[in-house]
Amino acid sequence: MTCTLSHPAQQKLLEGYVGFANLPNQVYRKSVKRGFEFTLMVVGESGLGKSTLINSLFLTDLYSPEYPGPSHRIKKTVQVEQCKVLVKEGGVQLLLTIVDTPGFGDAVDNSNCWQPVIDHIDSKFEDYLNSESRVNRRQMPDNRVHCCLYFIAPSGHGLKPLDIEFMKRLHEKVNIVPLIAKADTMTPEECQQFKKQIMREITEHKIKIYEFPETDDEEENKVVKKIKDRLPLAVVGSNTIIVVNEKRVRGRQYPWGVAEVENGEHCDFTILRNMLIRTHMQDLKDVTNNVHYENYRSRKLAAVTYNGVDNNKNKGPMTKPDTSEGMSPLAQMEEERREHVAKMKKMEMEMEQVFEMKVKEKIQKLRDSEQELQRRHEQMKKNLEAQHKELEEKRRQHEEEKNTWESQQRLLEQQKLDASRTLEKNKKKKIF
Amino acid sequence: MAATDVDTFVNDVTRSLELGGHVGFDSLPDQLVSKSVTQGFCFNILCVGETGIGKSTLMNTLFNTLFEDEEASHYQNGVYLRPKTYDLKESNVQLKLTVVDTVGFGDQINKDESYKPIVDYIDNQFETYLQEEMKIKRSLYNYHDTRIHICLYFIAPTGHSLKSLDLVTMKKLDSKVNIIPIIAKADTISKSELHKFKIKIMSELVSNGVQIYQFPTEDEAVTEINSSMNAHLPFAVVGSLEEVKVGNKMVKARLYPWGTVQVENESHCDFVKLREMLLRVNMEDLREQTHARHYELYRRCKLEEMGFKDTDPDSQPFSLQETYEAKRKEFLGDLQHKEEEMRQMFVNKVKETEAELKEKERELHERFEQLKRMHQEEKRNLEEKRRDLEEEMNAFNRRKVAAETLMGQSMQGSSQQIRKDKEKKN
Repeated sequence: MTCTLSHPAQQKLLEGYVGFANLPNQVYRKSVKRGFEFTLMVVGESGLGKSTLINSLFLTDLYSPEYPGPSHRIKKTVQVEQCKVLVKEGGVQLLLTIVDTPGFGDAVDNSNCWQPVIDHIDSKFEDYLNSESRVNRRQMPDNRVHCCLYFIAPSGHGLKPLDIEFMKRLHEKVNIVPLIAKADTMTPEECQQFKKQIMREITEHKIKIYEFPETDDEEENKVVKKIKDRLPLAVVGSNTIIVVNEKRVRGRQYPWGVAEVENGEHCDFTILRNMLIRTHMQDLKDVTNNVHYENYRSRKLAAVTYNGVDNNKNKGPMTKPDTSEGMSPLAQMEEERREHVAKMKKMEMEMEQVFEMKVKEKIQKLRDSEQELQRRHEQMKKNLEAQHKELEEKRRQHEEEKNTWESQQRLLEQQKLDASRTLEKNKKKKIF
Repeated sequence: MAATDVDTFVNDVTRSLELGGHVGFDSLPDQLVSKSVTQGFCFNILCVGETGIGKSTLMNTLFNTLFEDEEASHYQNGVYLRPKTYDLKESNVQLKLTVVDTVGFGDQINKDESYKPIVDYIDNQFETYLQEEMKIKRSLYNYHDTRIHICLYFIAPTGHSLKSLDLVTMKKLDSKVNIIPIIAKADTISKSELHKFKIKIMSELVSNGVQIYQFPTEDEAVTEINSSMNAHLPFAVVGSLEEVKVGNKMVKARLYPWGTVQVENESHCDFVKLREMLLRVNMEDLREQTHARHYELYRRCKLEEMGFKDTDPDSQPFSLQETYEAKRKEFLGDLQHKEEEMRQMFVNKVKETEAELKEKERELHERFEQLKRMHQEEKRNLEEKRRDLEEEMNAFNRRKVAAETLMGQSMQGSSQQIRKDKEKKN
């Protein structure tokens, strides 16, 4: 006999130091030991400074003469390129994967140029799903794309149709962080206008870009609000270090001055770096795991369970609750089995009924024809008997007639004989 | 040329790079920790031991709080598990603690099945988690994890050796849960007896192949303390919430005429060691082991039982889709087969009955054929008789006619004669 856990939790106050407050430290230690992974995808037309930004973000030459960035290679089609680097800082190890999409938006006809990107993201989800569903599971590497930086060209006017199309197709598969590239080509006022326009268009098209989560902390919320006001972030990247006021900074040297990458008044690069790396990296991973991946997974499993494409067509990412979505595919099979058993029972009953009925019919028919034949037989019998009787009657009559006539004849004969005898006698008498 | 052709170039070589400055991802562990703290933690303790051995008291002492509990009686029919959940908070850490008590353990006369409810309970928690994990729409990140993270096995302080019930139960549990054996009511054993007792217990566990939980020694931060604690197993504990004045402090203790046993005095008992190991140092490892080892083992066995495999006979790895599809095909085939069977059965039944009825029909016809023949014969008889009669009648009629003709003649003759005679007379 066991009890199941279905009771409410009671609040208890501790009367002294217990020690489980140390749990977070234990978690900290273990996570450092395990190391971290992060996959960042950069999407945008060639020449928007994607590789430069990556180098600036991670303060390292990810793309260098030995490992040239995608922009330095000649491509004819959209590619998806992945490059893994291991970086360490303060005892924390990070396996960073950068996914680049050279050729995106560069062709004359860019229809479906987002498809390779979607396919890549889906294939990573699929890999994770398969390794999660194995019978023997080991440490599962997380290669899912956690964040997608989308580079918007600094036209100053608004989003291009390609931008809108891409974001609409990917906002439910990956966290999208839209960035305005090469922000040093716009004045602050132009930038403000541009940002407003972009956000308007994003809202208009119902595009869901990555949202910063609300926290209980007042201070943090203030910071988050400030970031939200400056979306999309306008960034500048640089591979060169310039000396400004005796300080070594990353920047772009112009005849009229230096645009500093890490200067908050020049661009939003610092905000991006802080948000992406220092405060929200974990959240990006969590949202990928809890929302985007789960969407993919439930869609995939629902399709498998119903064994058809129909299911995929009808259901969108977040669908209304259905009995099937509350169960695992196996539980679903159980349910189907039960349904089938009920169906079979019903079928059996129906067949039995039909069968009984037909049998009854046939037996009834048989009985009817038996009766009919019996009746006919009776009739014939009666007929024959009647005929017999008739015949008998005739015979009797005939016999009677015969007897009467014969006796009459005999009488007549007798009479005749008598008469002839008398005559004879008379004759004899006469003679004498 | 449309930009749809894909050329995926994957650079699988992982390079190590030096950073040119402070990037800032060293805050990742902090980000992770702050998220977990916001979410809160779950911890589930299972206490296995005889009635009255001090399980509830130890829990109270360990968590410095009075968990309301009525005393259990000795007259339970069987063993049943009583889980109770509490929400605790210490500084900013929220802990959802579930304490599962085994009521009635060791009280029955026949203790053969005593371990069963415990094993079933542990398996049920695994099963619930597995079901949630396999759902199509699942929410694992706010799932209340009820899997048992630690089983404290209370050994009675006999001073001699383990009871057979202890060995049997621990053997059944060691592959399903982390076990820490503890000697209860340790204030009834003297130091030298205790030392011998501990050695005896550990050797019995080893010789019976019981796997108890070993404090992990890979992490340099805790290697030293863990390995030294491993040597002190099983912990001899004393529990008490009563406070006694010792010196100028109030300490938790048990007051005896011959002295005071202080719970938190390390030379009196191992309570502090237990608390240290269980709560302050290895709590996270216990949770991890439960998830990564015990749960995975359960899951693997369950899936294999259901026929899932990772590779097909040609050692090609199955994708999840393939596995489910294969299962589904099998399942549908099975259902179809059943349907076919039933149909077939009916077809046979129908055939049988048809044959029967046909037979009956045939008999009926035969019967009536027979009757018909009888009728025909009778009819013929009748016909014959009729003809006979007719012949007779004809014969008779002829006779009659003949006779009448004769009579007519003779009448004529006789009348002639009479006339003649009359004439003669005249």
